[in-house]
This record gives sequence, C-alpha cells and structure tokens, in this order.
Amino acid sequence: MDFSLTKEQVLFQQMIKDFAEREVKPLAAEVDEQERFPIETVEKMAKIGIMGIPIPKQYGGAGGNNVMYSMAVEELSAVCATTGVIVSAHTSLCAAPIMENGTEAQKQKYLPKLASGEWIGAFGLTEPNAGTDAAGQQTTAVEEGDNYIINGSKIFITNAEYAHVYVIFAMTDKSKGTRGITAFIIEKGTPGFSIGKKEKKMGIRGSATCELIFENVVLPKENMLGKLNKGFGIAMKTLDGGRIGIAAQALGIAQGAINETVRYVKERKQFGRPISGFQNTQFQLADMNTKTEASRMLVRKAANKKDQKVPYSVDAAMCKLYAAETAMEVTNKAVQLHGGYGYTREYPVERMMRDAKITEIYEGTSEVQRMVISANMLK
Amino acid sequence: MKIVVCIKQVPDTTEIKIDPKTGTLIRDGVPSIMNPDDKSGLEMALQLKDEKGAHVTVITMGPPQADLILREAYAMGVDRAIHLTDRKFAGADTLATSHALAGALRKIDFDLLITGRQAIDGDTAQVGPQIAEHLDLPQVSYLEDLKFDGDKTFTMKRHIEEGYQMLEVEAPCVVTVLSSANNPRYMNVGGIVDAYQKEVEVWGFNEIEVDEKNLGLKGSPTSVHKAFARGLKPAGELYEVETDEAVGIIIKKLKEKFILN
Repeated sequence: MDFSLTKEQVLFQQMIKDFAEREVKPLAAEVDEQERFPIETVEKMAKIGIMGIPIPKQYGGAGGNNVMYSMAVEELSAVCATTGVIVSAHTSLCAAPIMENGTEAQKQKYLPKLASGEWIGAFGLTEPNAGTDAAGQQTTAVEEGDNYIINGSKIFITNAEYAHVYVIFAMTDKSKGTRGITAFIIEKGTPGFSIGKKEKKMGIRGSATCELIFENVVLPKENMLGKLNKGFGIAMKTLDGGRIGIAAQALGIAQGAINETVRYVKERKQFGRPISGFQNTQFQLADMNTKTEASRMLVRKAANKKDQKVPYSVDAAMCKLYAAETAMEVTNKAVQLHGGYGYTREYPVERMMRDAKITEIYEGTSEVQRMVISANMLK
Repeated sequence: MKIVVCIKQVPDTTEIKIDPKTGTLIRDGVPSIMNPDDKSGLEMALQLKDEKGAHVTVITMGPPQADLILREAYAMGVDRAIHLTDRKFAGADTLATSHALAGALRKIDFDLLITGRQAIDGDTAQVGPQIAEHLDLPQVSYLEDLKFDGDKTFTMKRHIEEGYQMLEVEAPCVVTVLSSANNPRYMNVGGIVDAYQKEVEVWGFNEIEVDEKNLGLKGSPTSVHKAFARGLKPAGELYEVETDEAVGIIIKKLKEKFILN
C-alpha cells in the first residue's frame, strides 16, 4: 500500500497551489462580495489545461487522472470555493457524462471544446419538484419525427449563465418513472431554450446558479445522450463522479480555513500572548486538521478507485458525506477561533463558513449519502 | 533557431528560516524551486519559440533531485533536457560550475544561450558571464527584453543603473536575464502528464569537453571564510513634528552616526 503521490501528481500539486495562490486567491473576496462569475480565472485555467484534466488527450484534454482533478478542485477551493465548483460542475457533470456515454460523434463535437475551456459545461437534473426525488421529473421530451420537443424547467444549475453546453434530463415515458428518463445534450442558443432567474445564495456566490427554461425546444435525435429511457442511470453515475469533485471542494474549504486560522492564532494576542499558546486553541486545531486529513484520504481513495475503473459509488458517497460535514465543522471552529473578527468580512473564514454549507446539500445531500452507504451495507 | 537555457534548482529562500542558536540556514523541509531569474530566462526562450519557432533545450548541473526542475521545464514546453551530474563536479564554485557547463555547451549547437542573472541562493551573477568567456562569445547581461529579427540579429533591452541600454547583437551570443523581464508561464497540465514520459539526458564528465583540473573542488579557487546571519536592524524612532524640526532631527542623527560632519 502506498499513500504517496506519483511524481506527476507532485509536479501538478506544485503548479496548482502556485496558480491558486497567485491567480485565484486575490479575487476570492471580491467575487463573493459582488456575486461575480470569475470569467477571467476560467480563461487562465483554460489556457493551462485545468478545464480538461481527466479528459483523454485524443479529445483535447490533459490526459490526467481523477486524483489530479480532485487535487485541482481542492487547491482552488482552499482559496475560492466558487472557482472550485465551476471546475467541478464543468468537468464531473458535463464533460464526464459525455465522455462516458456519448457517441464518437458527440465526443468529437463537444469534448475538445470543453477540454480546452473554450466552452463551459453544465448539468440540469434538479427541478422545483424533483430534488432528492429525481424521479419526479416534470420536464418532458416528446418524440416528433427526427426530433424531440423539450418542455419544462430546471433549477439551481451551476455555471448556467456562462455555460455553452448542458447535459439535461427529461421524461420520455412518464408511465415508467425512473425508467422513463432520458439524457440530452443541449447547446446555448437553441431556440426556445433560455436562462431564467439567478439565485441569491448564502455561499459560493460567484458561481452563476440559475434556472433553465425549455419552451418547445426542438432537439435532433443525435442530441440524445446514451440510450432512450436510460437517463436515470446516467444521472446517478454522473453524480457518483460529481461527489468526488464536491468532496474535494469541501476538503479544500476546510484546509483553507485551517491555513487562515493557523496564521491568525499565531498573530492574535490576548492575555499577553498569542492565542496559539492556549491549549483550547491547540486542541481545536488538532481536531480540525485530523478530520481534514481523514477527508483527504477518503477523497483520494475514491478518486483513485475511479481511476482504477473499479466500483466507487460507496466511496464517493463516504468522501462527500465526511468531507462536507468536516468542512462545516472546521469552518465553524475557524470562525470561533477568530472571535468577533471571524464574523466580519475582513477575514476569509466568514466566507468559508458560508461556502461550506452547500457541500452538505448539493450533488446529493448528506442524508442521500447516508442512504447510499447504508443501502450497500444492508443489501 | 536553437536556444539553450541554463537553469538551477535552489532552495525557496522566501521559505528559509535561520536557526537562532547557530545562525545557519535551516534547509530541512524547505521546498526546492527553479531559480526565478532562470525561469524568466526560460520564459523568454519559450516566447521566442511561440512567436518565431525555436528548439529550446534546458541544461542544469546539480544532484539527482535537480531532475525535478527539468521535468518542470518539460511541462512548460521545452524540447530537450540535459542533466549534468557527476561526482567530479561536486564542490564546485562559480568558476568550476561555469567550466562544466561550458564543457557541455561545446557539445550543443545553439544560436542563443540564456542564463538567469543570478541564483537566489548565491547571488553572485557570475556563472553566465563566465560561460560566455570560456566559449569566447559576446555577452549581454541584465536583460529586460529581447527581440529576434528572424535571421540572425537580436535587439536587446538591457537594464543599467541609469536606465536602459538598447543593443543589437548577432547570434550566437550569451545573455543573462532579470526576473522582472516577464511573468513565467505555469506548467501545462497536459505537459505535466507527459513530463516523466520524456527523456532527460544525463551527462557526466565523459560526455562533455573540459579539462578535468577545472572541475569540482580542485577547480574552485573560492573558499568560504565565514558564514553568518546579518543582525536585525533595531526598530526605528518615530517623530511626529513639523518639517523644519524634522530636518534638524535628521541632521543631528546623521552626525551622531558620522554620516555627516
């Protein structure tokens, strides 16, 4: 058993830490404050291959692996969780399902543009009445000659406003429930397809989270992703991969909060000495770091299993559950150790605590992860 | 055009701490990086490659772990990497280092040789100019910018104390580059994935053209007399006074320190 990174991963970590520190961190507070999508950062990431890390070279990607991808989301999120989720949704929720389920023509058409970052990707499954109960889809796709006519809407869609291509799900046979859902690829600008209301959120405020609206959208049959009525399986498999990305985001947020807190407690003096000298501070830090390192082990294990092409959905659920809850706990403690200053926007831990919360909710709530984990134990 | 860039692996001095008891550098756990001036030199070469097309070779002399910066150079976009390493090179000062590098460079065909101005661990700024002397090539140091006419002439902007000097130099030549010349690119992710698939040529004494007596400890006339930590400056004194009074205070202080008579 070997817990060390490969040589390539060591080199990659050096680059991504440097990039996050110099290009992403300086914008984080402003992106949050102004609820601004950091498009210039996406362009910089695109230029050096961060938008296509696990996509094979034959499709214009970097040809890297999922461990590297998880490291990228972790390091970006350690300084800016918004930037982390942009990469995660683009890679795990749009490029990955096309790579895994697309026809050769679909892969040739979309992957090079996604991998190069020329196009940003998004994913549309959630609806106002279909969250955890994804089978309650009300968006419909009705066959008409060589086309499908799509009607309905999606909500809480990450990257929505800035994306160029979307993997969406619609009911093709309402009588069959989850076995009547089909996946489609839709491009921005398709007549009848529009972006609706932008959400005002607690955290990850720079990520563009919007509604997608479909009004008699005519999609040619070649835009179907995978087979007819097989969309639910594609969605679930895609979310398994996405959970590694979100777990990496949560891990990054926790690590970022620790980094800020370690610096702060060495500087902040009370009762004539730095608060790092107090045992309460030391014990809190020890717990924060131990849980964060445990999260990292779970994330890397799940990512490595995906790279080895062995089943990983329980590992993905575990890393997502544990890393998300750890991020919430660690950022909460980080704010506490900062005292009153931690509650102000002068210090990044305030933002980090708000950012952490979403990791317990999206791409499967913590409750869903517990269902996945226990179902596997009791089957 | 063929370009060779000399690079060096150095401890990241921004991360170095000094042992308060012994006054020596604590090198344990300090990350190693590509020397910043060298990285800007490499970026200059890669920009020439992007604009005009060029074949870029990097060369480093150092222990086996220096392989890391050659992989980094591959991930940034170089075409060839050479690692000079041999026990005979150990203990080299700047002169012996420049002899070894010149010995290797005699085996490589190039139009432009780029080095960083100086390394952040030694700060001597000697190796680049020494190489130029050994190879009997024209040299331009402290470069801020360089343009190539596409044939054989370079237009160079050189930093001097009073401002800048513009020069035209014909290939082949040697230049030393300042880190202020550019912002080096990041490694490319695809390049990182391939970096360890590529060959780093390892050259020892037998692969290069140099007189053995000029190498290593034997070839190093420099000896370190003493190494010590520079003492910290005491905190300054702050006066909030009118200008006239301030001038008087400054003159008094300068006289106390015998800077003014």
